[in-house]
Amino acid sequence: MSEPVSALSNASFDGLVHVQEAGLHGMIALRGDLDSEALQSAVTNSAGVGVPAPRTVVFDGARGAAWMSPDELLVFCPYPEAGATLAQLTDALGGAHALAVDVSDARAVFEVRGPRMREVIAKLAPVDMSAAAFQPGTIRRTRFAQVAAAVWLVDDAEARIVCFRSVAPYMFALLCTAAAPGGEVGMF
Amino acid sequence: MSTRLATGGRLTDRSKPMSFRFNGQNLRGVQGDTLASALLASGQLLMGRSFKYHRPRGPVASGAEEPNALVNLGQGARFEPNQRATTTELFDGLTATSQNHWPSLNFDVGAVNTHLSRFLPAGFYYKMFIHPRPLWKHFYEPIIRRSAGLGAAPDAETVDADTYEHFYAFTDVLILGGGVAGLQAALGAAGSGAQVLLLEQSADWGGRTPVDGGEIDGKPVQDWINDAVQALGNMDNVTLRNRTMGAGVYDHGYALGYERLNDHAPEAAGPRHRLWRIRARQIVTATGAIERPLSFAGNDVPGVLLASAVRDYVVNYGVSIGDRTVVVTNNDDAYRTAICLQEHGLDVPVILDARPQGGGALMQQAEALGIRVLRGKAIASVQGSRKVTGVTICAQAGEGAVLETIACDAVAMSGGWSPVVHLWSHCGGKLVWDEQQAFFRPDLGKAPTGHDGTPFVIPAGAANGYIHLRDTLTDATTAGVSAATAAGFKPKSTAVPQAPEQPEAPMMAVWLMPQGANVALRAKAWLDFQNDVKVSDIQLAAQEGYESVEHAKRYTTLGMATDQGKLSNINGLATLSRALGADIPSVGTTTFRPPYTPISMGAIAGQARGEIFQPVRETPLHQWHQSHAAHWEPVGQWRRPYCFPQGGETVEQAVQREVIATRASLGLLDASTLGKIVVKGPDAGRFLDMLYTNMMSTLPVGKCRYGLMCSENGFLMDDGVVARISDDTWLCHTTTGGAERIHGHMEEWLQTEWWDWKVYTANVTEQYAQIAVVGPNARKLLEKLGGMDVSKDALPFMQWSDGTLAGIPARIFRISFSGELSYEVAVPASQGLALWEMLHAAGAEWNATAYGTEALHILRAEKGFIMIGDETDGTVIPQDLGLGWAISKKKADYIGKRAQARSHMTDPTRWQLVGLETADGSVLPDGALAAAPGKNANGQRNTQGRVTSTYHSPTLGRGIAMGLVLNGPERMGETLEFSKLDGTTVPTKIVNAVFFDPEGEKQNV
Repeated sequence: MSEPVSALSNASFDGLVHVQEAGLHGMIALRGDLDSEALQSAVTNSAGVGVPAPRTVVFDGARGAAWMSPDELLVFCPYPEAGATLAQLTDALGGAHALAVDVSDARAVFEVRGPRMREVIAKLAPVDMSAAAFQPGTIRRTRFAQVAAAVWLVDDAEARIVCFRSVAPYMFALLCTAAAPGGEVGMF
Repeated sequence: MSTRLATGGRLTDRSKPMSFRFNGQNLRGVQGDTLASALLASGQLLMGRSFKYHRPRGPVASGAEEPNALVNLGQGARFEPNQRATTTELFDGLTATSQNHWPSLNFDVGAVNTHLSRFLPAGFYYKMFIHPRPLWKHFYEPIIRRSAGLGAAPDAETVDADTYEHFYAFTDVLILGGGVAGLQAALGAAGSGAQVLLLEQSADWGGRTPVDGGEIDGKPVQDWINDAVQALGNMDNVTLRNRTMGAGVYDHGYALGYERLNDHAPEAAGPRHRLWRIRARQIVTATGAIERPLSFAGNDVPGVLLASAVRDYVVNYGVSIGDRTVVVTNNDDAYRTAICLQEHGLDVPVILDARPQGGGALMQQAEALGIRVLRGKAIASVQGSRKVTGVTICAQAGEGAVLETIACDAVAMSGGWSPVVHLWSHCGGKLVWDEQQAFFRPDLGKAPTGHDGTPFVIPAGAANGYIHLRDTLTDATTAGVSAATAAGFKPKSTAVPQAPEQPEAPMMAVWLMPQGANVALRAKAWLDFQNDVKVSDIQLAAQEGYESVEHAKRYTTLGMATDQGKLSNINGLATLSRALGADIPSVGTTTFRPPYTPISMGAIAGQARGEIFQPVRETPLHQWHQSHAAHWEPVGQWRRPYCFPQGGETVEQAVQREVIATRASLGLLDASTLGKIVVKGPDAGRFLDMLYTNMMSTLPVGKCRYGLMCSENGFLMDDGVVARISDDTWLCHTTTGGAERIHGHMEEWLQTEWWDWKVYTANVTEQYAQIAVVGPNARKLLEKLGGMDVSKDALPFMQWSDGTLAGIPARIFRISFSGELSYEVAVPASQGLALWEMLHAAGAEWNATAYGTEALHILRAEKGFIMIGDETDGTVIPQDLGLGWAISKKKADYIGKRAQARSHMTDPTRWQLVGLETADGSVLPDGALAAAPGKNANGQRNTQGRVTSTYHSPTLGRGIAMGLVLNGPERMGETLEFSKLDGTTVPTKIVNAVFFDPEGEKQNV
């Protein structure tokens, strides 16, 4: 038995914002008909939240779900429970045509926290980060410089970013660069 | 001589002196100076040399349009050439040198060109260097290259000390330009509640209005500006950015802003430049206007400046260009310069007004101040070479007969104003010619349009042709309100600020001074100061048939210098139109392209430099590889170990050792990068049967099958092992480089062609660390770790099994890409390193050896396995590679099937895969060709084969290769001659491509 390790072992940086690799998270990619009763009840039962509306996330503690595309969700749960949650989801889906796979280890999660969170992200992602346009609970699938990522706000001072595990070092270096002192923008 | 006046300088603070160096000389300026104003204040009028003739040059302007005053700025890691002194804010310790001269600014050998100018006309290079042809490459080109460029190139090995970044901003209304028009447009738009972003290129708000003076709403313009900036600053929905230039306007409301954060304070923390990448619903271009020079002989002599610039230096910086300034104009505005100079105690011996009737109220004011005004008169020529010593006066209507000579040390010229239409035009805004004011202004009926066909750019103020303050304010109010409305907001009614009427006499277009100037005068009347293009050059181009303004521009280089013709374009095309006998609108303008003025390469790159220049993808084992001296190979964005040299080994030695250790006992490979795509659904089997050339729907659960994927043109594009996971789920392995591409390929077919098939895919490549355990002792090692039965019977070749290996959830595939007993173990990425280390520890007794991609290649080549990208190159079909066995004959269809039935694909003379063995055991060069008798139509030797993979096989102790050869499989044992790099050939025998263990005994144990 070995202890699972996340891509950067919780590496962190303090600059204009606090940047932290947020460790391992249970994540299940779920593709299916988001409008179907089978999928909706499966999500409710296994994730503990309803199917999120387009471009939103819903969380209840560590469990939650993010809308990724018209036929895809990302279901969240504590990392050790990913296997059980996947099994539960698969069971609940029964014969419905859907695909649920564990991607917990395929992703890295970052936390960006602080009053300048919005402008640090706006240096890297072509997303309108103004408070009017991007509120807690909304999610964007976008890019951070040259890599794909999804970003949502936990609250007004904290964002979460999910990217592929293989580019976690790049993402961390990007965020640290954008958060380097002296780079205040003052836009938001 | 230029100097600092006793008082004045709106933008400067004389209590804060600053020292700087120019050409090694210590000079002093004050806070608020530009480098140009500080140099002028120090008596340094001469700032550079022109490009072609090395003419001595001083500044002609005071802002972004400056063509002459370019310097090498900074030193070492902060060195940058071609920086405009007029827009460089002075800071303490600034260092600059002048450009394009040798040995010195004051004495430049290259200036001999000016005496040769008769022999260096327009198109000189094209005419001169075309004959004789052979001289071009070895003689002309090196000489021309040496004379090319103005500033010094930065040292290639020096790394820029500064950082740069991008910033994505979204706004309802973007206003480019923070003069009174921009400020008023912002006020007009902001009242609606719309988000407004206002960019100003300089450090100061208000544009040139404070210099021109006047009143708005009964208060001095500066007060009105201060109030406007404060009011806007207090609004939550308004963002003001100075030192940020609107650099370009692009499709769909996209615009670039170029913020210079630290150019005026180079040691400050933070990025030097920030590139704003802006999406705006509406864009207002409040970019002002630029004064035009007049074309008279000697208009490039240092000391001849635009009238507005002369005024700017006095009012903004308290700097005079000379003591006696002759003003020459075709409009009323230049009188302001004369009045300003007079009020500052400087002498204006004469105002030459080209208009026979002269000007209006401003002229009367000047005359009332005692300034002599000559109507209908012009400058025949400027006297002096390195500085102005006087002017000769003639009638504008004549040919240049001198009436009078006047001593002076400066000339202030004004040929009228041109609205800055660049940003309006970047994205397709059209222009109309305003005959009365002799300028191009935006054609409001033909604005740049967005995705819905409605306009998204609105010009405001002087940029829209409203040159006078009163009109500017009215137009800017309308522009701001219109922008907010178009962006979907309801503006409140905005009062138009009132400025007094300023009746002016009409200007008169003057494109040549005097209008009948003879050839000697025309050859000294500059249009483009930086590139040395004169009136005579444009006329010659027209005479030689260059009728299109775009062709004439390129032929003469007019407007092609770093200033992109801000001063020269209109004068140049007017000159061309006269030479062609066409009217100006029919000749048209050249194309306005972004950026408005040059922006730094650093700003474009943003943060992408050093370790984040590009993403590097790392496997879960990357750090282990790094700490075990991996010699890296880039594979797509991944880094994979090529080999692991140990203790002084060369790369070649390490590769040979890794191959031998694997064949002899035990090798371990990080195979995590291989693509892994889950395909699931009731139609998944049918889908995979279409994607792969062979049958996948019949694959039993628990088994693996090697599959080939072709493009719709029949060419082999990827391969890999497919495992049937459950009744409706398959796991498809792809090549490392193919993971994203093949996933996209699958989704494309599912989303566009077979949208009604019930199939979902997911790319799970990175979920797993995948480790190949290879070699005769592979099974023993896995058994030692324990937890899964990997015996021959429990896990036969081409099967997989799920379980827990050494406490880690694992899926083991019994597959082999080496011909050895081999397992690929997939575990969650977060436990990959743990497994890898356990495999090494437990495998130590069998000399477990980590091997890299090159050993992998040799192992597979020894077995005759193909590699996508080696044996394939986008022109190869599976049938060429002896892979007919992997093409289903039973299936009605698969992607590529129809293409593979085309005559060219079934041609029996297509080259076929074989093994190759050199007679002397040497390694064939990669890509080597086999010679055939005769020559082709191009006189090249015919060929009959080429090498696709070639290695030294440590197992066999000789070179082995695979290649595609004409009728290859039928020619076993035949010897061909393959080319070597030294031009000789090597006899090479055609053999079976399976060099090692042809019976497969090693893997079937």
